[in-house]
Amino acid sequence: MNFHAISVVYRKELTEWLRDRRTLISTVIVPLLAFPILITGMISLANVMVNNAKKETPKIMIIGGEDSPQTLDTLRAIKDLEIVPYAADWKDEISDKKIRAAVEIPKGFQASLDSNTAETLHIYYYEGEVKSSIGADHVEKSLKDYRDEMIKKRLEAKDLPTNLVTPFEIKQENVAPPEKVGGASIGSFIGYMVIILSMTGAMYPAIDLTAGEKERGTMETILSSPVSRLDLVLGKFLLVFSASLTTAILSVTSMGVSFAYMGHALTANAGNASGPTVHMNLGLTSVVAVFLMALPLSVLFSAVLMTIALFAKTYKEAQSYLTPMTFVIVIPAVASILPGVELTPKLALIPILNTSLVCKEIITGTYHWNSIATIFASTCVYAAAAIFLAVKTFQRESVLFRS
Amino acid sequence: MIEARSLSKRFQDKKRGEIRAVDNVSFTCSPGRIYGLLGANGAGKTTTLRMLATILEPTDGTAIICGYDVVEHPEKVRANVGFLSTATALYPRLSAQEMVEYFGRLNGLDEATLKKRIDDIFNRLDMNSFRDRRCDKLSTGMKQKTSIARTLVHDPPVMIFDEPTLGLDIMTARTITSFIRECRDRGKTVIFSTHIMSEVEKLCDTIGIIQSGKLLAEGTLAELRAKYGEQDLEEIFVKVVGPLHAQAEAQAI
Repeated sequence: MNFHAISVVYRKELTEWLRDRRTLISTVIVPLLAFPILITGMISLANVMVNNAKKETPKIMIIGGEDSPQTLDTLRAIKDLEIVPYAADWKDEISDKKIRAAVEIPKGFQASLDSNTAETLHIYYYEGEVKSSIGADHVEKSLKDYRDEMIKKRLEAKDLPTNLVTPFEIKQENVAPPEKVGGASIGSFIGYMVIILSMTGAMYPAIDLTAGEKERGTMETILSSPVSRLDLVLGKFLLVFSASLTTAILSVTSMGVSFAYMGHALTANAGNASGPTVHMNLGLTSVVAVFLMALPLSVLFSAVLMTIALFAKTYKEAQSYLTPMTFVIVIPAVASILPGVELTPKLALIPILNTSLVCKEIITGTYHWNSIATIFASTCVYAAAAIFLAVKTFQRESVLFRS
Repeated sequence: MIEARSLSKRFQDKKRGEIRAVDNVSFTCSPGRIYGLLGANGAGKTTTLRMLATILEPTDGTAIICGYDVVEHPEKVRANVGFLSTATALYPRLSAQEMVEYFGRLNGLDEATLKKRIDDIFNRLDMNSFRDRRCDKLSTGMKQKTSIARTLVHDPPVMIFDEPTLGLDIMTARTITSFIRECRDRGKTVIFSTHIMSEVEKLCDTIGIIQSGKLLAEGTLAELRAKYGEQDLEEIFVKVVGPLHAQAEAQAI
């Protein structure tokens, strides 16, 4: 191994790589702009939708109730509701979003109240349609208040204490510190993104430096120079690895900034509406730790992608080989996001999935040093094996001169 | 100095089974002389030269170049060889100068020597006007000159040309042929392959005729004329390869 030769190869590949416009787009522009646009876009869209839905006065139709004037009055008195006259095709009107919900008051409802026989009020809505749910919820809440009021009156009438029907209260309290609330929800996402992006970042140069070189006819040129094939493949590998890291670092930085903005926006929004405050304070240490864990994985990706792409004769052929590879990498990464998938000693040996899972833990501030060591070491072993494979493949004439 | 000793290369082909691309070929090329390897397409010229340049490894036999064995010390051999073929393209995103510099550095030249060498070569080949132009923006002639500069930067004693004029126009081809002569005049050992008779007649000191991986005839033009009783090289070539060529054609069908 000749470090001078490796650095000569690396610097040359870097020069060429930086001059390629496709590089600029895939490594710098996409990760830097995609997240801010995606996240701010999503937030503003969500805000607009929710606000619109909240601002809108839901139109509600009442079915029946001619013999229950008291209930009718209660419904009519509900704030922020518009009661529309009865129409026979109310179901279609809900489907067509002309009205948001309908309340059916059964015949003789008032009489049943007075005689203490329980009757059911039906609220009809369209499941999956946010505005319809909001309207229905609003009606339900008002009716529940009406019912509670009724209970209170009945108890008072019989001279009974109010807590007769509510012997105790129930309330959920959160004990997790605020930063962990945010961490758990986006932690898995950050690990996942680092993994996916270190792969996509490696993909394009892995193809360009192997199959691309064959396609442009420079493979024979470089093989006729005195550089050993080991130094050549290592120099190329280092460039692919750099690209992988650059993409991941840029993406996470831009993601961090976007999330910070999102946290800010959501908190501001939560100020005027009722909702939990979302904290997005990710510690710098945990982000750095995630990167350290992703490092051997990035080595693994770079070496594996290069090895596969080397078999191809052209850029296009390499792309068609590597596209299925994307799924092989994405599936375990996605599996780690699924709720309930926890790190076990067995899972700690599965590449990609293990790193993704441990990143999830690290982001939430939990450091299980045993599993961290196992995962780091096992991924390093896989990465070393992949580099070895890449070097061996580069020494096979049948691969280099496949016809 | 090139010494091929029973050089052989076999490939495995899924359909046709084992292919003997080069079969027990031995020859010697001396400094200050041009050795021409003459053969039809698929005769084994490229495989032979690629083995000499250590791009491919021989299945059997070996070759000694400047005292180094191509199997034992391929990197040392490559440091003593300049290899040029129509398949050796340039890096499109490097400038002509960067391209030559890259190969100089890979050959272990220090920066001072490299600069001197490059200035010298660029002046000699009249390349200063497109020094900093990217290789993908060069004309065919400029590309050829850059390729020549690339093979010369480490001043190798042995030059290997694999069909260097294939697909080039007359003027560009002449740059190459005059360059080949210049290499000989500077005392380099030169071997080149071609299927163009006139090139061989004009350039070669020794001619080797190859067909189906076998070296069938070897000698100076005068020796070959005397041996086969023909004046025209083409006639000599047909006489030499005729029987084997027919066989190969029959097998291919």
